[in-house]
Amino acid sequence: MEKDTSIIVQGISKRYNIGVTQERADTLRDLITQSTSKVGGFFRRKPEARVGLDYIWALRDVSFEVKQGQALGIIGRNGAGKSTLLKVLARVTDPTGGYGELRGRVGSLLEVGTGFHPELSGRENIFLNGAILGMHRKEIEARYDEIVEFSEVGQFIDTPVKRYSSGMYLRLAFAVAAHLEPEILVVDEVLAVGDADFQRKCLGKMGDVANAGRTVLFVSHNMSAIQRLTQESIVLDKGSVLMRGPSAEAVDYYLNRGLSKMGERFWEPDEVPVTAAPFRPLAIRILDKNGVVSDSVRSVDPITLEIDYELSEDLTGLRVGYYLFTTRGEPVFTSFDTDSTELFDQFPARAKGTYSSRCVIPANTLNEGRFVLGMNASSYRIKRYFQDDQALSFSVDASGAPGTHWPEARPGAVRLVLDWTIEKRD
Amino acid sequence: MSAVPTTPDIVILKPAKGWLSIDLKELWRYRELIFFLTWRDIKVRYKQAALGITWAVIQPVLTAVVTTFVFSRGLNVQTGDIPYPLFMLSAYLPWHLFQNSLTRSSGSLVQNANLLTKIYFPRVIIPLASVMAAMVDFLISLLILVVVMVAYKVPVTLHIFWIIPFTFLAILSALAVGLWFSALNVRYRDVQQMVPFIAQIWLYMTPVLYPITITSPVWKFVYNLNPMVGVVTGFRWALFGKTPPDATIFVSVGAVLLLFVTGLFFFRRMEKTFADVV
Repeated sequence: MEKDTSIIVQGISKRYNIGVTQERADTLRDLITQSTSKVGGFFRRKPEARVGLDYIWALRDVSFEVKQGQALGIIGRNGAGKSTLLKVLARVTDPTGGYGELRGRVGSLLEVGTGFHPELSGRENIFLNGAILGMHRKEIEARYDEIVEFSEVGQFIDTPVKRYSSGMYLRLAFAVAAHLEPEILVVDEVLAVGDADFQRKCLGKMGDVANAGRTVLFVSHNMSAIQRLTQESIVLDKGSVLMRGPSAEAVDYYLNRGLSKMGERFWEPDEVPVTAAPFRPLAIRILDKNGVVSDSVRSVDPITLEIDYELSEDLTGLRVGYYLFTTRGEPVFTSFDTDSTELFDQFPARAKGTYSSRCVIPANTLNEGRFVLGMNASSYRIKRYFQDDQALSFSVDASGAPGTHWPEARPGAVRLVLDWTIEKRD
Repeated sequence: MSAVPTTPDIVILKPAKGWLSIDLKELWRYRELIFFLTWRDIKVRYKQAALGITWAVIQPVLTAVVTTFVFSRGLNVQTGDIPYPLFMLSAYLPWHLFQNSLTRSSGSLVQNANLLTKIYFPRVIIPLASVMAAMVDFLISLLILVVVMVAYKVPVTLHIFWIIPFTFLAILSALAVGLWFSALNVRYRDVQQMVPFIAQIWLYMTPVLYPITITSPVWKFVYNLNPMVGVVTGFRWALFGKTPPDATIFVSVGAVLLLFVTGLFFFRRMEKTFADVV
């Protein structure tokens, strides 16, 4: 291993067995567990959820190198293998095949707040969490004041964290994790938490880590954060590395190729986690004004967003909705199919069956550019069945829109037709 | 920020194959985590309880009171010149240590599933920390024993220090079984359903509530193989100078060691799948 190389990964693969232990009884004990779990039935997933598959490859022959002090982004849609890769690198799980070397202590922020105990005070949790993340007591003591200051929960530091608001909890958790100083920092989507101010603070802290000569591996769905924090990125799809390049190029490649190009996306059964049941997404598509599936729609026309899904059981309080983002990750809007009181009253519960939820973005709403459509199916405050923040991407073409007689790019995600008046005042 | 060390350790990632040994050096590096997890277990157990850690004392005292009425007054169990409460406590405390350690360590991995799936550390720390937490309770409850001995005017001599090796035997026995159970419990939750029964049956097979003299001589050898028989008679011997444990104790110590070592290897072998199946 070269001296300035921080991570080498060669042909790493990871296989997960699915349902095998439930299907085959090698021993009497297996047999007994099988029948008890069928009677109890609450902690085993249903074997029929993955018909014909007894294992999946979460990672297939992944190889790359990272130099010391480099920040590498990892991009890929849900289920592409990003989290599995980080877990292997963090040694939480062993690879099924391949070889890798890491130089130095690996700190993983796979989820902030891991090991926090609700009954313990903020102060106690700082020490506990620090120890779990691999810090020595002396290191924690030395950075204690800094951690408390960063977390902004100073006056509640002796209160049990179960009385904290979720924002305070996350700030404290991130503060501990951010003050861990390993040679290699593995970060998974921590920036999805907290308010905008705190997110900015976290990004700043991550930038400091990279600038201090540490190696950072960064997974995010936030393309602008990836571009800001990393120089290079790899694109993962179905467990394999599709490409590696400067982050701007990788983001571009991912948005243009990693997602469906056709304006329509189908979910294979193995792309949907078992936890989504009874909800199962089938397809999502963009329709132009003529009702034709299209990847590229016009700003001056209405745009229809349609999602097909199946419910294997009756479901109460379900709402299915969209998030629209720009490719830089800025949110444009969020909308659910039962937003209106009429539909809300009409669908307090949905019977088992197949559905389509459809909405129309009025003409003259979106500016030109590429957009990412995410979807979410949940019951408010009960359960989030399924979410895909990048279900589909599509382009909006502004030709013919008001103002296009000036051939300049206009900033902003929306391009509304506003009611201007001009008045001569003298 | 501290400087990046010039020659950091290199971590190798590769598929784990076959049987792994315990990496003592690494365990030593993580010693503070053992301490913090033990501390967390104790802290959390007595949090928001008005009487706090005094429960570690109250529980054995109440048990002694109840069993005295049932066994000594009710069933008229004879314990010679040792008053029944003292007779019972001297065995119940090490028994309670064993039972606590066994129960807590068996469920420990599953209870800490969120740690297993997120962070790397030597997994054996988790059952180890739960045994340590039980140990702290035990040490506190020992005070009671001394107080009761003084109250019954039983002389406290230096001979009492003989309880130390028997305490270790109790812990080792609990850990030996706990390692097997905790690892099995990750895959088969049936284990946690079984543990309370096993502990209960084990209690009946150990002379905690009754004197060893009432056991049938026919099954003596088999009975003595239970390491807790050795622990309990050892405690009574150390405290009151009664009959020392039977020589069979060496056989049961051997069996415990064997179970402990195989438990460690089994644990290490299962360890790599914990994060995937828990």
